[in-house]
This record gives sequence, structure tokens and C-alpha cells, in this order.
Amino acid sequence: MTDVPVLEVDRIGVSFAGRTILDAVSFEIRAGEFTGLIGSNGVGKTTLLRIILGLQRPGTGEVRVLGAPLSRHRRSLGYVPQKVVLDPDVPLRSRDLVALGLDGQRFGFSRRTKEQRARVEEMLDAVDARRFADSRVGSLSGGEQQRVLIAHALVSRPLLLLLDEPLANLDPGSVQEIVALLHRVSADHGVSVLLSAHEMNALLPVMDRIVYLTDGRAASGTTDEVVRSDVLSRLYGHHVDVLKLHGRVLVVAEPGTDAGDIPDHPTLTAF
Amino acid sequence: MHLLFEPGFFASGPVRTAVVIGGVAAVVSAVVGVFTVVRSQSFAGHALTDIATTGGSGAFYLGFNPLAGFIGGGVVGAGAMDLIGVQRVRSRDVATGIVLGAATGLAALFLYLDTTSSATTGATQQILFGSIFTIDRSTVPVVVVLSVVTLVGMAVIRRPLLLHSVSPELATVRGVAGRGIGLAFMLALAVSVGLSSVAIGSILSTALLIGPAAAALRVTRSIGAATVVACGLGIATTWLGILLAYDSADWVRSGQGLPVSFFIVVLTFLSYLVTGVPAVRRLAGRPGRHPAPADPAPADRAPADRAPAAPAEG
Repeated sequence: MTDVPVLEVDRIGVSFAGRTILDAVSFEIRAGEFTGLIGSNGVGKTTLLRIILGLQRPGTGEVRVLGAPLSRHRRSLGYVPQKVVLDPDVPLRSRDLVALGLDGQRFGFSRRTKEQRARVEEMLDAVDARRFADSRVGSLSGGEQQRVLIAHALVSRPLLLLLDEPLANLDPGSVQEIVALLHRVSADHGVSVLLSAHEMNALLPVMDRIVYLTDGRAASGTTDEVVRSDVLSRLYGHHVDVLKLHGRVLVVAEPGTDAGDIPDHPTLTAF
Repeated sequence: MHLLFEPGFFASGPVRTAVVIGGVAAVVSAVVGVFTVVRSQSFAGHALTDIATTGGSGAFYLGFNPLAGFIGGGVVGAGAMDLIGVQRVRSRDVATGIVLGAATGLAALFLYLDTTSSATTGATQQILFGSIFTIDRSTVPVVVVLSVVTLVGMAVIRRPLLLHSVSPELATVRGVAGRGIGLAFMLALAVSVGLSSVAIGSILSTALLIGPAAAALRVTRSIGAATVVACGLGIATTWLGILLAYDSADWVRSGQGLPVSFFIVVLTFLSYLVTGVPAVRRLAGRPGRHPAPADPAPADRAPADRAPAAPAEG
């Protein structure tokens, strides 16, 4: 039972208006693993996440959750979308938004049980949101909103948490906090995490696996298996170097090659 | 007591009918209004009042109860707006504008016919600005049943509706059918506009829909609290408006009371102004920002998509 992957992405392909967005992308996520989906902006990360969630149909290929078709286990997935705009004029407390993660889809009159209320409090503590539990979510800072959204996604006990660019538009301090938080929550609650980002360095200490996406193709494995000059050069179709400096990784293309699709490619001045 | 409650106020049959219908309409408007404001659909609410005017004036001309026209017009309008809503934003605005124009033109025709056929200008006043003291008592059961159905419906859909109002994306992920929720809410909006059209007239019904809800949202911390406060404000302004209008017969020389709608709208506007005063909001305990100890809030919003990696220079 335990060796059935939580998520299998099997040769997913998507084309739009004659352009290939995703080309036979495959990877697996096992229980409790922390996976980074790394690629530059516009490379298809959001499309891939939406396909995994069943919000969009793939052209080819299949997504399986616990070995079964997606529809069977949709409830097992939690999602933090990119750019959730929360209005400061709406009287919705952090606590309310987390509770809607439990029953936001439910019609009817049922009141929340004691267990459900306790679960909400537990999640508020898990993401360190106790301090602003009674504040309007719309009035919180980006990092604080991100925590509340993570609690909202986790409160229904998903097996896999998907996050679309949760670190974009955060200051470096908040990035570290959110990464540490996700790592801790993943370990404490036995949740697998799939997180998309256009920058991998903040994730290097916590990533079990990486899915490196460029030009519709993906390479996946441990960071050491994937973030290598030969693997990434094959993926990009031209030579790139992988430099490891002070625990950070830089993917560098030769001067003159198009480096636009390299995530967080450093600006190189002339040698 | 005499100063406020003129003799005969409670004994008057029309007053009792007005109090019941006004109160019920205020409650439905408040409950629906809170979500209307949260969903930023005030314009849709206003659009529905125009279409309800057409329905109400048409029903009056044909000799039906205007309530049937208000609600019938609103429901048809809600359905039409939902159909139009499928298209792109710009064409949706254009189409809404054109449909509204046509509906209002039709209302002009019906109101003209109403006035000429019944040889009174009362029809225009009654449809557009309401005349709560002249409502037939037989309308009361219909109003109450419609209100109960709407309130029960709102209670049933409240959680998916709230989640969808906060973020359509979060709702979709949880399997909420946004289309169905949106349509159900538009229907509730149509009924609510119809009920308050009876109370204060079709043109002014938006005031009862948006006013108390917007005021309540300023001073509360949760949707539940906002709904309760909006109901309270709505009932208070409506009943006080009825009382003042009844009393006003003694204020003017003609002995004719001033329109109820005028008082209700003025009171609603005042309540909105008062809830905007910072001291009132603090009194209500509405949190602005939470007291954040050494929280780098402004920096948090700054784009920082580049990690502070040492650029390879040499």
C-alpha cells in the first residue's frame, strides 16, 4: 500500500493553438515527499498544476492519485492558487477562511462540530497564524495571507498539497519562513508537497525531488540527479553549466545563447 | 410617547401591513445585500431594479399585482444577465447597457399607459417610489412566503456562496459549481429587489439592498455578524421611516404625509455615513490591521523574485 505513489503524472501532453505547452511530462510523488516544480515564467507550471487538480483536461496522458483515476481522489488534493486576491473590505477573518476549507463546498444548515472547530484552531497554530486569526484576511500582508491559504488547503487533511508560486512577491525573509513552514507541516502531518517556483535556491534545503520544466519537457529526480550540467543541457537543447557556490546553484548558459527560459538566470557581465 | 407615536399609529391597518412588509423586505434585502456587496454585484442589483420597474409597470397596466411584475421582471432579468455573463467582459457591459435601455424605455411606455388609463399620476409614484401604506393586505402572505423561501435558500447556499464570493478559484478547486451558485444568487437578488420594490419603490430598492449591508460591513468582523447588523439596520430604518412618514402628516399644512421612501432612504444614507466615522468603527471593534509586532508588512509586498545570490562577475 505504502509503495503506491500519491501522485503519478503519466506522459501529460498539452497543445494550445498549435503550440506544444507540455510534451509527455511524467513524474511521481510518494508519501511525505517535498517536490519542487521549477521552471521560468510561462513554461507551463500553472497548466500542469491545473491538470493535476482536474481543472483542465490534458490533451494526452493521465493523472493518477493513489493509483486510481483522479476523479476518485479529488478530495485528497489541497491547492493554494497563485494570486488569490483577498478584499480588505470583506469581513472574513483568517479563522473563517480556514474553516471554509472544511465545509466551503457544503450546502445546508449543518453547524460546525466541536471537532471541526478544534481542527481549525489546530491548523491556525500549525501555520503560526494565531496572532492574526481574528483579523480580516484581506488586511494581512502577503506572507500572512499565504499562511492562512496554506491552512485553508490543509484543514481537510489532503494527501498532497499543491502550491502555485507561493513564494513569488514575498520578501526574502518571508520566503524562508514559508519554506520552513511547509517543510515542517509536511513532516508533521505526513502531507506530500508539490510547489511550483521560478527560483530553486530557497527550496534546495527541503526538496526531496525536483521536477525541472523547460520548453514543455521535464526532468525529474533528486536535486543531485537533475541539477547537473549534462541533464539540463540535454533538456535545454544547448549547453548550460551548473555552478554550485556557497550552497546555492546557478544555471548558466553560454554567452550568446538565449537564456530567457532559464529560471532566475543571473545577469552576466562581460568576462 | 405621544411625541413619537402619533395617536392611532398602532391601530391603523395600513400601518400594520406596512410594518410587516417593510420589515420582511428589509430582512431579505439585508441578507442578500451583504453578499451583493461582498460579490461586488451592486451594479447587477441596480440593473435588476430597472428591469423590475418594467415588470411592475407592465403588471399594473394589465391589472395584476405589481409585486408579480416586480419579481417576474427581476427573475427574467436575472436569467438574461446570467446568459449574457457567459460572454466576454466588454460585450457583457454593452449588452447589459442595451438591455437596460430597452427595459427602461418599455417602463416609460407602461408608466405612460398606466397614468393615462387610470387617469391618475399615482401609478408612477407607486411603481418608482413605492407607497407602502396603500398595499393591499392580501399581499402580505405572498410576501412572507417568498421571503421565507429566499431566506431558507440563502441559508442553504451560504457556505459555497461565501467561498465563491471570496475567491472563485478556491471554490472551483473544492468542487463548487460557480455557474449554479451565481445563478441561484441572482434569483435571490431578483426576489429581494422585487420585495423592496413593493416597500420603497423599484427605483429606490437598491438603497435598501446596498445601504444597510454596506454600513454593516464597515463595522463587523464576520459575514454572520454583518448579516445580523444589516438586518437590524434595515428593520430600524424601515420602521423608523414608516413612523416618521406617518407623523409627517402633522408637519405639513396639506395634512398629506410625506413619502415613506424618502425617510427610509435618508435614514439609510445617514447610517452609512455614521458607520464611516473612524470613532464608530473603533467602537465596533472592527480591526484595521492587527497589531503586528515588528512585522515587515510593507517589505512583504515588495517583489523579491530574485534571491540575493552573488552574481557571477569577473
